[in-house]
Amino acid sequence: MRPVYMVSGGISKFAKARPDRTFQGLAKEAFDYAMNDVPELTLDMIDASVSSYFSDHFQRQLMSGIMATDYLGLCPKPARRIEGGGATGGLCIQSAWEMIASGRSEVCAAYGFETMSHVNTWKGNEFIALASDVSFDYPVGGFYTGYYAMMVVRHMQEYGTTPEQLAAVSVKNHANAFHNPYAQKRMKLTIEDVRNAPMVAWPLTRLDVCVMSDGAACVILASEEAAKKLTDKPVLIRGVGTGTDAMRMADRPHLKVPLLPNEKEEDYKDLKYPGVHSFRAGRMASKQAYEHAGIKDPLKEIDFIELHDAYTSSEIQTYEDMGLCKYGEGGEFAASGKPFLKNIDYGLEFPDKSQVGLCPVNPSGGLIACGHPVGATGIMQGVFALWQLQGTIEKHLNDKTIQIPDAKVGAIHSHAGTGTYVTVSILEKAF
Amino acid sequence: MANKPNLNPEAAAKIEETEEGTVLFNVPFPKDLSQLKEMSPILVKQPYQIDYLHSYGQDSPFFAGLANKKLLGTKCPKCGYTYGTPRLHCMMCGAECDWFELPQEARIHTFTVCHFGSQEFLPQCPFILIQVEWDGVDTLFLSRLVGPDPNEATLDWVGRKIRARFLRLSKFKPTDVYFVFAD
Ligand SMILES: [Zn+2]
Repeated sequence: MRPVYMVSGGISKFAKARPDRTFQGLAKEAFDYAMNDVPELTLDMIDASVSSYFSDHFQRQLMSGIMATDYLGLCPKPARRIEGGGATGGLCIQSAWEMIASGRSEVCAAYGFETMSHVNTWKGNEFIALASDVSFDYPVGGFYTGYYAMMVVRHMQEYGTTPEQLAAVSVKNHANAFHNPYAQKRMKLTIEDVRNAPMVAWPLTRLDVCVMSDGAACVILASEEAAKKLTDKPVLIRGVGTGTDAMRMADRPHLKVPLLPNEKEEDYKDLKYPGVHSFRAGRMASKQAYEHAGIKDPLKEIDFIELHDAYTSSEIQTYEDMGLCKYGEGGEFAASGKPFLKNIDYGLEFPDKSQVGLCPVNPSGGLIACGHPVGATGIMQGVFALWQLQGTIEKHLNDKTIQIPDAKVGAIHSHAGTGTYVTVSILEKAF
Repeated sequence: MANKPNLNPEAAAKIEETEEGTVLFNVPFPKDLSQLKEMSPILVKQPYQIDYLHSYGQDSPFFAGLANKKLLGTKCPKCGYTYGTPRLHCMMCGAECDWFELPQEARIHTFTVCHFGSQEFLPQCPFILIQVEWDGVDTLFLSRLVGPDPNEATLDWVGRKIRARFLRLSKFKPTDVYFVFAD
């Protein structure tokens, strides 16, 4: 397979509601942003596209994918729609990667959108909960926050993780988003604010949970030859990984941990894995992506990560899946300051200042603060990661606070509920 | 299309937004067509209701079991894996499983209290969700815990012994069974 580069990205403003645009119009905003960022790129040069959106229910429109494809002027070229719950965007990028790696395409657009405002929040929660087994799970009280809450309760029981450690993630992501004009929620919070917010599903409060959004995002991938023509700031997709797990949380086995290169069997002597406390799909995706990219010690070799924090708890669980710390240490990892940005004052005390910012996680603000227009989310992560590696955060956000100096390697992580599909892609500055 | 009430900005009180909307048959239109791009979006209500004839298919015996106050799981005759939520085919080896009756005493593996929920379940909030575990059974079962005060949630509930109770009038839904503390 041949190398694949990310050459451009664009996003629409994520907002609670964008009634001024249909989903095609939102996709066009993100697509044009990406097109305008590489002036050499013409519509003719794009020879394939992949669209992603999660739910036909939100649009009440089947085949929205082709309707966006025709609106963007990409017919009659090859195109497909990718769907995999919350990981839809990450899968979309990987599908576009496959188009180019296989030689089927030279320049491929990967774009995603979701218009969730067309139904009220609680109906929206119902639609999302239909992404759980409708025979056994949904009728018992189908509610995604409830599912993730059960997972983190087991994490707390197993490892002693605390709600305050979860809250630290919320403080971080909202504060990071303060410097990101594309984010939906830009707030300076304290741990107490998060804990005192209305309880949604114990122990997760409203500030532990992402919100629904309308929005779109787009990245343009290219072969080496095409990338050279288009940009002097290409980013290489150095590795891709994808994992899966059973839809019903109850069905997850209790086996052994698939080890990363920086782990040993004796680290997890008595651990039953993944149970409901960990995401085996996230571990598989990380393991594959690291093997593909040749990464041996993720914490040392990856400069930042944009990961799927639909819940503060899932960010903490994902630190462990991605091997930033050992299983069980996610809460402590959050509280240590390692995933925070060095140059932002979060109003928190960290035990060892020298550890702060070791591997910033969700410098953009993540889903919790940016919003989660499902089909666009994983692609939004790609856009922010691209800009980090290109060093163009200030150009795009008019604020350089969240620019990670000298970022060379970044990871994006996209996750479908309740850990069913997970993708990890490793991106590397290639100029 | 619904008008926002003109509230005193200093008043904390707020009328809740509803979705009835207004029946409207025409809108003002500019003489100059170039002004159309400034037009506010038109939102119309489109109701959507459907009755599905959902078949439980190979899982049907489980629901027949609930109606007869029995909890059924499945067991793989080939590799021995046992399922607390039934699957007719084994996830580990692919063989066809056999039905067996699960004990009605179990333990809480994990839980949450839902203070909000999907629209369908909002009227039932707060309610308690649990994953049920049995000794020697490899997978769990999602159910509800009834009895304890939902505002007194504590990690101590994990591991508590529970007992199954069944609805007298079966609805052929997984909620035909629920659990109460047994200790
Ligand atoms: Zn088997």
